[in-house]
Amino acid sequence: MHRRKFLSLLGGAGLASAMGATKVRAAGNHTFNGYPDAMGVLHDSTRCIGCRKCEQACAEVNNLPKPSAAYDDLSVLDTKRRTDAKTYTVVNKYNTAGLENPIFRKQQCNHCQEPACASACFVKAFTKNPDGSVTYNGDLCVGCRYCMVACPFGVPTFEYDDPLDPLVQKCTMCHPRIQEGKLPGCVEKCPKEALTFGKREDLLAIARDRIRKYPDRYENHIYGEKEAGGTNWLYLSPVPHTELGMPVVGKTSAPELTSGALGAVPMVVGIWPVLLAGAYGISKRKEKIAAEEKAEAVREAIEKTQASADGAMKTALDKAAKDKAAAVDREVKKAVAEAQKEFDEKLAAMQAPAEDDSDAGESPEEEA
Amino acid sequence: MSHNQKSFWTPGNVLTAFILAGGLVLTFLRFYKGIGAVTNLDDNNPWGVWIGFDLLCGVALAAGGYVTSASCYLFGLKHYHSAVRPAITTAFLGYFFVVVALMYDLGHPWRLPYPLVYSQGTTSLLFEVGLCVATYVTVLFVEWSPAALEWLGFRKIRNFVIKLTLPLTILGVVLSTMHQSSLGALFVIAPGKLHPLWYSSFLPVFFFISSMVAGASMVIFEGTLAHKGLHDKMDETHLKEADGVAFGMAKAASFILMGYFFIKLFDITMDNDWAYLATGYGAWFLVEMFGFVALPSFLYALGVREKNLKLVRIASVFGVLGIVINRFNVSMIAFNWQLPAAERYFPSWMEVGISIFVVTLIVTTYRFIATKMPVLYEHPEYKDAH
Ligand code: SF4
Ligand code: SF4
Repeated sequence: MHRRKFLSLLGGAGLASAMGATKVRAAGNHTFNGYPDAMGVLHDSTRCIGCRKCEQACAEVNNLPKPSAAYDDLSVLDTKRRTDAKTYTVVNKYNTAGLENPIFRKQQCNHCQEPACASACFVKAFTKNPDGSVTYNGDLCVGCRYCMVACPFGVPTFEYDDPLDPLVQKCTMCHPRIQEGKLPGCVEKCPKEALTFGKREDLLAIARDRIRKYPDRYENHIYGEKEAGGTNWLYLSPVPHTELGMPVVGKTSAPELTSGALGAVPMVVGIWPVLLAGAYGISKRKEKIAAEEKAEAVREAIEKTQASADGAMKTALDKAAKDKAAAVDREVKKAVAEAQKEFDEKLAAMQAPAEDDSDAGESPEEEA
Repeated sequence: MSHNQKSFWTPGNVLTAFILAGGLVLTFLRFYKGIGAVTNLDDNNPWGVWIGFDLLCGVALAAGGYVTSASCYLFGLKHYHSAVRPAITTAFLGYFFVVVALMYDLGHPWRLPYPLVYSQGTTSLLFEVGLCVATYVTVLFVEWSPAALEWLGFRKIRNFVIKLTLPLTILGVVLSTMHQSSLGALFVIAPGKLHPLWYSSFLPVFFFISSMVAGASMVIFEGTLAHKGLHDKMDETHLKEADGVAFGMAKAASFILMGYFFIKLFDITMDNDWAYLATGYGAWFLVEMFGFVALPSFLYALGVREKNLKLVRIASVFGVLGIVINRFNVSMIAFNWQLPAAERYFPSWMEVGISIFVVTLIVTTYRFIATKMPVLYEHPEYKDAH
């Protein structure tokens, strides 16, 4: 019975190694569907009236500073806003073609099931909690802001103006309150039940139910069900979600996107040194052969030169010897001739009346 | 040397002093008032010219170190030997100052060692970049140290370090391969933000391949500059081999650029991004591909064939610019392309100022090292380094 399973494992392993580490990891990441009891929030923009009560509640429970315009000043809705380090959530107004009334949509962290921010952070400053929330630990953060680059929804914000302890800020889904059994601040304050807090699975069921019951009121798409591998915030809308400023985000989660590149690392580490050492070996061997051939050629050349040099040397030596002998001969003859001449002169002088005979007699021997 | 005393305040040195002084003021502002006070970065644009230029271009352009030392020691191209030391020196300085520049960009610069020693985020490609760069800076420092040790006269340590050349070179190539590609891989996580013409799951491969071109081009380009400024510091071997090195690098760069052109083409075909070519971004993409990939490839090939050093040098300028343009595109120009114009990023003059400051620091340090230490020539007492 296990034979089949064994074989398929074997086949899988073979295939996997043939395709490289990439696919294995990607496949491995596929299986994570979030924590089973993870909570979330469903935002139904058909119910949202843009009252900004959720913004106010968020600031209160998180001790955020008051904004310049009061929360009951709804004129701020006329300009597009985004979250920042002092504002974890904003509501924006969208005037869409074909609808009389504007639509409102709340923005905050979507608490992804496989968060890009957490996957991107190189010090593990982000945690995906079993309650579904994604929280951040500022004591670890290096402030590289790669989490901000990575988040597909452009959520994390940064305290650019703090020179000493600038932190990344974003909605925490009120993780501390959830732990105490309370509702997230925004959900609690919403007067229109546009926000529903609950288990993600239940929220999906509720959302499907609403779409089924009122097919002409809703777009048949629960934003967040699949986006970026699934998020714990879910959205219903009467118009395509992109018209409410929601980014087009693929279904692929961040870990799946990057597993290929990460999986290549061990391959590189393993294979490169072998290849490089090989290249070095080959070039060394080439050199060695070249060196041997060169040495051989040099030896031959030396031998040849030696032989011819020997000949030349001998001739030269012989010639030199001859020359030398001749020179000596010549010198001796010359000396003898001179001595003879001197002797004759002295003899003549002795025979003449003697006046100056001091130096005489030694010179012939000296000159010889 | 003595004439230097008289003419220390040359226009070049005055400019250098001016930039360094300005840089110190900006440095003070950055660390006293925060990143927001000197940059145009915001919540939509967390990475600007400090990442795009100082990190991405810096690391790519410092690739000359691994390209040259691998050619010489691993692939047996011995006539590159005189080019190794200058290349290693620039690479070491390049990486060192990449780390220095990074300090400006980080919110908590003193926590930079955290990912290595305190909390390892192993799922992050930035973790891999950090790990590799940290290790590689160390490797480069050791590879470079003989120049300093010869200058200082520490013969014993120097001879020991020379023995490590081979393993260090291999380690250097492994580390370079990894982080050069990981820098590209950083952007794989953001398919929604990077324009499709530049986004690809092959970004790591593109970054790696183009880093080889960057390395080769920089060796030629720097050689040109060094010959202008530091000619008297070069020995005969260096001068004799310089042209051969330039032509060799040019030939390699020409082939690699051609290959790069075709895999990019292949990538566009695979993702079927052809329609984008008719847009403004498409036009810019074509400028990059033809002006800074195909053109330098062609110029390099022509220069090598005609043995025209001048042409090769012109090609190297295009090669270097091409890398800068590519890294800018991926990290800034084609990044956040869907945001409305008002929310796009453009660097502040102070950000650019800091980048210029860092480049000036590199050049000044290089000039100091090259005048004092045996980089462009062989130390007469140490002729065994082959
Ligand atoms: S929405 Fe962004 S910040 Fe929130 S969990 Fe997902 S990736 Fe992280
Ligand atoms: S800014 Fe902080 S939290 Fe974000 S990725 Fe960097 S270290 Fe992690």
